Amino acid sequence: MAAGAPMGEGSASNIYRGNSLKLMLPAWAMIGVFLLAPVAMMAIYSFLTKEFRGGVIWQFSTAAYDQFFFNRGLFGDEPPTIEWTYIGIFWRSIWQAGVATIACLLIGFPTAWFIATRDAKTRSVWLFLVTVPYWVNLLIRTVSMKFLIRDTGPLNEFLLWSGTISEPLGLINTNFAVQLGLFYSYLPFMVLPIYAAVERYDFALSEAAADLYAGVWTTLRLVILPEVKPGIVAGCILVFVPSLGAFLAPDLLGGAKTFMIGSLIEEQFKGAAGNWPFGAAASTILLTIVMAVLLVYARNQNRGA
Amino acid sequence: MPAKTDLRRFPGFLTVTILCLIVLYAPLIVVAVYSFNASTSITRWGGTSLAWYVDVFTGPEAPKFQQAAINSFVIAITASIIATAIATLASVAMTRTGRFNGKTLSFALISLPLMVPEVVTAVASLVFFTAIGFTTGLMTILIAHIVFCIPFAYLPISARMQSIPDMYEQAAMDLYATPREAFKLVLLPLMTPGILSGFLLAFIISLDDFLITNFVKGAGVETLPTAIFGSVKQGIKPNIMAISTLMLGISVIFVSLSWLIGRAGQNKAKEN
Repeated sequence: MAAGAPMGEGSASNIYRGNSLKLMLPAWAMIGVFLLAPVAMMAIYSFLTKEFRGGVIWQFSTAAYDQFFFNRGLFGDEPPTIEWTYIGIFWRSIWQAGVATIACLLIGFPTAWFIATRDAKTRSVWLFLVTVPYWVNLLIRTVSMKFLIRDTGPLNEFLLWSGTISEPLGLINTNFAVQLGLFYSYLPFMVLPIYAAVERYDFALSEAAADLYAGVWTTLRLVILPEVKPGIVAGCILVFVPSLGAFLAPDLLGGAKTFMIGSLIEEQFKGAAGNWPFGAAASTILLTIVMAVLLVYARNQNRGA
Repeated sequence: MPAKTDLRRFPGFLTVTILCLIVLYAPLIVVAVYSFNASTSITRWGGTSLAWYVDVFTGPEAPKFQQAAINSFVIAITASIIATAIATLASVAMTRTGRFNGKTLSFALISLPLMVPEVVTAVASLVFFTAIGFTTGLMTILIAHIVFCIPFAYLPISARMQSIPDMYEQAAMDLYATPREAFKLVLLPLMTPGILSGFLLAFIISLDDFLITNFVKGAGVETLPTAIFGSVKQGIKPNIMAISTLMLGISVIFVSLSWLIGRAGQNKAKEN
C-alpha cells in the first residue's frame, strides 16, 4: 500500500524458482498466525457476551452492536431509537482526519513540488529534512506539541510577552489542537508520495501549456494536478487512514469534547469502561471503514493502470 | 534555460516549504531547549543546566526509566533482526522466484500490518493472546513487534533487491555454485545496504510503538513509550523533556546513519 512500493509482479528473475513457498513460509506464518487470526478472533469477540471488569463469556450475543447503533432506554425495554453517541464519535473522527488530510495536502503539495524541482544535491538535503521528524518517536512529537501550545507553554508566553495577544490562545483541548497534532504526525506521509509523482512529471507538458498561453496557476490546475493525482491520492490515504484510528494526538492534545475512535476503543480495554465485546465491535467497524476506503482506492488504481 | 526554471517555480511555494519545516521542527527544538532549563518550573527560564539529564540517570524515577529503556532496546533489536530475516527471505521469493501461486496474496499479507489501523491491531492482539491463554508480557510485545516490523523491513529490502540484476548470481551458478551458495555468497553481500536500511527502519518503528505495546504489555512491564506516556498523564515534567531529547538524539543518529548507508549503497550500485 505504501506509495512507490514494488508490487513484486514486475521482476522477471526466477533464479531461485521452486523455492517460493519455502521462502515465503516464515512471513505467512508470522502474519497469518499473529495478525490475520487475531483480527478474526476480534470479530468473533464482538459477538460474545461481556464479562464485567474486562474479558468475555463465550456466549453468542449481538449486544455490542446493539449498544453501538441503538438506544433502548435505561432499562433496555423501550422501543429502539438510533443511538447517536458512538456514530457521532465515528463521524467526528472522520471529520478530524479529513481536516488534517486537507491541511497536509495544502502544506504538503507546495513542499513536495518545491523539493522535487531542486537540483539533485539540494533535493536530497530537503528530503532528508522533511523525513527526519517522521523517524522521531510519535509520542515524543505529540508531547512536544502539547508542551509548545499549552496555555502556559512557550508559544503563549512568547505571544503574551511580545504583546501580540493579551490572554492565552486556549489552543489545548480543542478540535484545532487535535487537527494540528494529526497534521503534525502524518505530514511526511503526504509529502513523500507527491514528491515521487512530481519527480516523474514531464515538464514538457508545462512548456506546452505555456506555449498555449496558460498562466502558471491554470497550468497547475489543468495540467499538473491531473498528472500528479496518483501521488496526491496516495498521500491522502496515507494521512487519512492512520489519522482515523489515531490515539495519541486526540488523547494528549484533545479533551473530553474531542473524543475520537481510538480513545473510545482504548477505554473499553484499558480504561474504566471495560467492555471487551463493545471495544471489539467498534474496532471491527473501524476496520471495515478503512478496508472500504482501501478497496475503493485499489479499484481506482487498477482502472487507471 | 531560464524559461524552463520559470515553469518550475510557483510564487509562495518556498514560503510554504519553510512554514512546513518550522511546524515540523518547532516543537522538537523548543523541548530540546527547555530540557536544559535550570528552573524546576517547566516554563520559566532559569538558566542553562544539565540538572534534568542528571535526574534522568540518578533521580527517583531513574530505575523505572532505565528498566523501560532496556526493555525497549532488547525488544527493538530482537524484533527487527527477526523481522529483517523474514523480510529478506520473502523479498527473495517475491523478486527472484518468478511467478508462483498466491504471489499477489502474499504481497497483500505482507502489507497487511500497514493497512490495519494500529488500534485495531492492538485490540486484535490482546484478544488473541487472551483467548489462547498466553500471559501478556515481554514475549507478547516481542511477537506483536515482529509482525508490524515485517513490512517496514520488506519495503526497502525488496526495492533494493529488484534493482540488482540477477546476472551476478547467474554467473556464480554458471561456475557451479548451488542456489544456496549464490544466495549466501553473491546476493547477500550485494544486498547489505538494503538489508541494513530495512533493519534500521524496523528498529525505529519498534522503538516508536506505543499503542500496540500498551495493549499487549501486561501489568508491570513497561517500554520507554509506555513509561513516558504514564508519566506525561500526570503532567509534563522536566525529566520527560530530557528523556525526549535523548530519544530525539538517538532517532537523528539512526536516520542519519540510514541516509548515509543508503547513499553509499547507491554510489556502489553506480560503480557496478
